[in-house]
Amino acid sequence: MILWGSVALFLIVGLLQALQAGGHLDLGFRNWRPTLYAYALMSASLCWAQVLIRGEQGKRVLFVLPAVLFVLSLAIIPLVFGLIIAFSNWNLSSPLGRQFNGLDNVRQMWGDPFYWNALRNMVWYCLAILVEYAVAFGLALLLNAEIRARKFFRVAFLLPLMLSPVAVSWMIGKSMTEIRFGPIARLARALGWDNPSFFGTPEMARTTIMLMDAWTYIPFMMIMLLAGLQAIPKELQEAAKVDGARGWRAFWEVTFPLMLPVSVTALMIRLIFKLKLADIVINVTSGGPGGATDSVTSFIFREYRDRSNVGYGTLLAIVYLVFIIIAMLGLLKLADRWLRPQT
Amino acid sequence: MTQIFKDSDTDLAHKAKWFTGRLAIYGALSLWAFVALFPIYWTLTTSFKKAPDVMKGAMLPWIDYGPDWLGWKSLGLSPATIGQDSTVRAEFLGRFMNSLTISVSASILAVILGSLAAYGLSRFSYKFLWMRNSDISFFFLSQLILPPVVLALPFLVLYKELALLDSRIGLILLYTLTVLPIVVWIMRDQFAGIPTELEEAALVDGLSIWGAFLTIVLPIALPGMVAALILSLVLTWNEYFFAALLTSTHANTLPVMVASQTGSQGISWWSMAALSWAAILPLIVIGVLLERYIIKGMAAGAVK
Repeated sequence: MILWGSVALFLIVGLLQALQAGGHLDLGFRNWRPTLYAYALMSASLCWAQVLIRGEQGKRVLFVLPAVLFVLSLAIIPLVFGLIIAFSNWNLSSPLGRQFNGLDNVRQMWGDPFYWNALRNMVWYCLAILVEYAVAFGLALLLNAEIRARKFFRVAFLLPLMLSPVAVSWMIGKSMTEIRFGPIARLARALGWDNPSFFGTPEMARTTIMLMDAWTYIPFMMIMLLAGLQAIPKELQEAAKVDGARGWRAFWEVTFPLMLPVSVTALMIRLIFKLKLADIVINVTSGGPGGATDSVTSFIFREYRDRSNVGYGTLLAIVYLVFIIIAMLGLLKLADRWLRPQT
Repeated sequence: MTQIFKDSDTDLAHKAKWFTGRLAIYGALSLWAFVALFPIYWTLTTSFKKAPDVMKGAMLPWIDYGPDWLGWKSLGLSPATIGQDSTVRAEFLGRFMNSLTISVSASILAVILGSLAAYGLSRFSYKFLWMRNSDISFFFLSQLILPPVVLALPFLVLYKELALLDSRIGLILLYTLTVLPIVVWIMRDQFAGIPTELEEAALVDGLSIWGAFLTIVLPIALPGMVAALILSLVLTWNEYFFAALLTSTHANTLPVMVASQTGSQGISWWSMAALSWAAILPLIVIGVLLERYIIKGMAAGAVK
């Protein structure tokens, strides 16, 4: 009975969509909202039908189904839609609408030095993670040592992670590195750098962006590593001590190998966050000088702001995604092979 | 009579070494605490500076310069202006409320959806076409790798068609999507740590699956859910990229407001400082009060 009801809802949705897409009938709809509502209704009835048709098993499905439907409709559908518009010339402000232009976008991307430059920058940014990892590990070790006021230090170390990158980019990028009075600039001058300009040369600007991003995200890795350190059984370290391993040797031969799985997880997640890097770049340098600090995200953002061409931007983003997936799969394989002998 | 307990030279050397070790540890800790806290301090003090004080780069209030409510006055939040009408304050509060509604609703929605899914995945085995449990888990977690840019422009177009552009609901849905994988990840771990015997006993007692979940499992998993909720709150509160792209006038969030001021009012350092500080204040409060949960949430996935 109710199954038929849900099927009827499917049909209504189909009918609505056909009417809308055809454009023959003017039903007075100003936008696609009704279809959206019908879609939501359909999803809900799909969940409901599961319970009624399959009983107990359906109730189990009900745990996962809403989330699956949510992700499907909000991630997979736009992704497929993105694949379609990636091969078109679609300027949102022009009245012409979407025009299929085949591989023109690919050709344009091939000859776009700024895009490749942004990708190269991303490689640099990602390599900076290794340095961040070293610092984070050091801090985690410090916090894991027997110290007083551990809570204070933990909160203090955690705070940068909580701040919004936009505020950070103003606080540090604009205010503290201001050439005339910014405290960092004054410190640099006191240390003998006559004309401290943090965004003057490409290398310097990139380093500054890296440092700001590191400042925000080092706590993130630090906490994961700290959790890992605290999970190491004390007996193991004591056993190592009895065996005569002290200081550096104890660290390299006992602690570090034990921390490898956690480290890989932390690095992977950090990498994922790094690949989204955009806020700081957009707000501090907007890619300058000469695209030296552009991340892929910020580049596409500006590309859209300047030319409002949706098609080209989407193609760039999808190519980026392909690169990411390839790199991630490669890294996972590598990490897997590297970890296996240890366990 | 020989003295038995006498600090030998090696003992003393050991003590000295221990002492310098302590000193180094606390030195390093304090140094990093300074690095982490100074920008926050600097922004707070800048919001109380007058133009000449800013130019001098004054550091310490009351010693280097006389604090003034200048920055907060321009926001309409100083003691003198709090009673008067202020368009800036109205705008600020509007943005603040937007940020609050969007991040809170998105986080709650994500925690509900994510917890349900994580519970299902940790307890029952599914077969959905060719996908089994591990595949479904991977399906959720793989969303993490998806960089926001890939979705940004399709969403822009879709939302335009759906008239969801510049609306809170649009952002809520999108933010839910971005934090959902993290919630699933944390909660899967939480549920895996709860023994199944509890629910089995409840099922024997005649509770349904959902009844067992709601009355037995949920209360136990609550701390984990709070951790996930807070982590999502932080992430969604700070989100800038989508907000900048998808909103223009009505549904602007606080980061967008901060960013839009940077260009036009770059010179009035004090008001920018006040605005930035007001934007990060809620997070500082959360960070100080609920630090335990945040750490718990982030550590959840790290240690298996």
